[in-house]
Amino acid sequence: MNWLVPTPVVLPLIGAGVSILVGRSRLAQRVVGITVLSLLVAVAAVLVVVVDRDGPVVVEAGGWAAPMGITLIADRLAAVLVLVAEVTMLAVLIYAIGEPRTERNHVGFQSAYLVLAAGVAASFLTGDLFNLFVAFEMMLTASYVLLTLGGRHDQVRSGMTYIVISLIASTLFVTALALLYSATGTVNMAQLAQRIAELPNGVQTAFAVLLLVVFGIKAAIFPLFFWLPDSYPTAPSPITAVFAGILTKVGVYAIIRTQLVLFPDGARPATLLLATAAVTMVVGVLGALAQDDLKRILSFTIVSQIGYMVMGLGFFTTAGVAAVVYSLVHHIVVKTALFLIGGVIDHTSGTSRLSEVGDLVRTAPRLAAMFLIAALSLAGIPPLSGFISKYALVDAGVAAHHLPVVAVSLVVSLLTLFSMIRIWSAVFWSPAEQSAGDAGVRRPPAGSAPLAMMLPTVALVACSIAVAVAAGPIYAFSQRTARDLLDPSSYITAVTRP
Amino acid sequence: MTVTLAGVAAVLFGVGSYLLLQRTLSRIIIGLGLLTHGANILLITAGRRGRPALVGRGDPGTFADPLPQALALTAIVITFGVTSLLLALAYRSWLLTRDDEVQDDVIDRAVARHDAVEEEIADQRELVASEEAG
Repeated sequence: MNWLVPTPVVLPLIGAGVSILVGRSRLAQRVVGITVLSLLVAVAAVLVVVVDRDGPVVVEAGGWAAPMGITLIADRLAAVLVLVAEVTMLAVLIYAIGEPRTERNHVGFQSAYLVLAAGVAASFLTGDLFNLFVAFEMMLTASYVLLTLGGRHDQVRSGMTYIVISLIASTLFVTALALLYSATGTVNMAQLAQRIAELPNGVQTAFAVLLLVVFGIKAAIFPLFFWLPDSYPTAPSPITAVFAGILTKVGVYAIIRTQLVLFPDGARPATLLLATAAVTMVVGVLGALAQDDLKRILSFTIVSQIGYMVMGLGFFTTAGVAAVVYSLVHHIVVKTALFLIGGVIDHTSGTSRLSEVGDLVRTAPRLAAMFLIAALSLAGIPPLSGFISKYALVDAGVAAHHLPVVAVSLVVSLLTLFSMIRIWSAVFWSPAEQSAGDAGVRRPPAGSAPLAMMLPTVALVACSIAVAVAAGPIYAFSQRTARDLLDPSSYITAVTRP
Repeated sequence: MTVTLAGVAAVLFGVGSYLLLQRTLSRIIIGLGLLTHGANILLITAGRRGRPALVGRGDPGTFADPLPQALALTAIVITFGVTSLLLALAYRSWLLTRDDEVQDDVIDRAVARHDAVEEEIADQRELVASEEAG
């Protein structure tokens, strides 16, 4: 079953090439894109089952043995994240095909999207720190293209910010790699885990913090988050949805992977993580309250939710890490669904400014219901998946005696609910305040959304309910994942075995 | 040798950071170029260096460590690609605005001066209304 591991990386890259070759026919491109991503969903599902049953699956690229060659490894965390990412990317691709202003106008959309899928999967599956850098760059380069696809003025401006910030993060990553290689003589994660433990304590902590900064920029934790609410909302809705759902979570994944696998207990910056988590939660949600644009509010709540995940990691207990794994699954699905609903609102009423949209509960009651489910889930109202993830995090925090940060998280949860209800009442319930106001930004309303946009949105909201309904098995899986991560010996022996 | 390379890397990082903090796009891009060169030099400094490259056969100890070189090469190629994309974007920005400076974010400013903006809109509306009446 080893061929399963490189497939999520190789197949979309081949698909991207084919997509360019058949660029004259948009229909052929769509067939390629949907086929590739559907196959990957199946592959990832099988991978999750196999990995959960037999332990980590390792593939050495080109047959070169572990410390020399590039290792690809699928453990429980990587496998489940690949599965969730592929499902979301498939849903968003169908949505993008339905949306009239994104995929239709650009010959490069499909191939850039497939390269993005390959980069995301490669980031999850790689067992080599330098290869993680390469996978990040693959993902980011595709995201640069997707973000600036229209070439509009605001896209170019915010794309600039995004690219420059990402490039600085990448440069810091290369710097960290150079220093790590000088200190240990390897970039293979399993080998690094063994050799970092032999370094002096101060050096270990310095590396842990340096890598935290690098991935903190990608994951948008305080104080490195400011680029996110600037750049994400200017992209077309499906692009924003996939960035919001997946890209920041790749950063969180990299933080989890590096902090837990590479560094021994004493070197992990637990207090720093908890403090930044608290500030990230608060600043994110306060930013969301100040905004008027739907997409910007949702972008700020991403920052706030990232804080929750960093908090769970900061406990460094099995319960905390298990809660983070569950939150990752919940958040990728719910956040993407929210952005897709935001995109439908943008499409049907021609704008996403809260002050200009109104009364949608009359014209689009089903959309209102879906938004309410996703928004309440994000805020953590029982019995939805957000409640389970927050309850698990709070429970882990109380068990680990970190009461102040838990208290902050509860207050932020309340404020998140407030910001979601603010969207709900402005967009769906109250009449528009300034309907014919400063025109120019606003497009003519389209009335109703095509089926291809509604179908994936409904599917993702259904997925978010499924994450809550199947919380028992998923949470048990998360706990097994957390045990693997906190005791990485099975990961290390899987890579370094003779 | 190591001290020289470390010094070069430090200077590149310093100059790069300074240029990065400017407001014009061309300087930001040049700054990024210098910054990434600094990182690459640091990468070259890692491992066994200052010996012949890995060519032909011989005692492994006499060659320079090839891995950092391979890593640096990869990093250079990636940076090259991203920098060309940045240059294309800067050109696009210049075409659209005829200006090399990074513009303020419109919505950020709107949020910062919320009341002022609303007043302005009200003023504009009054102006339009009076013009229509006149």
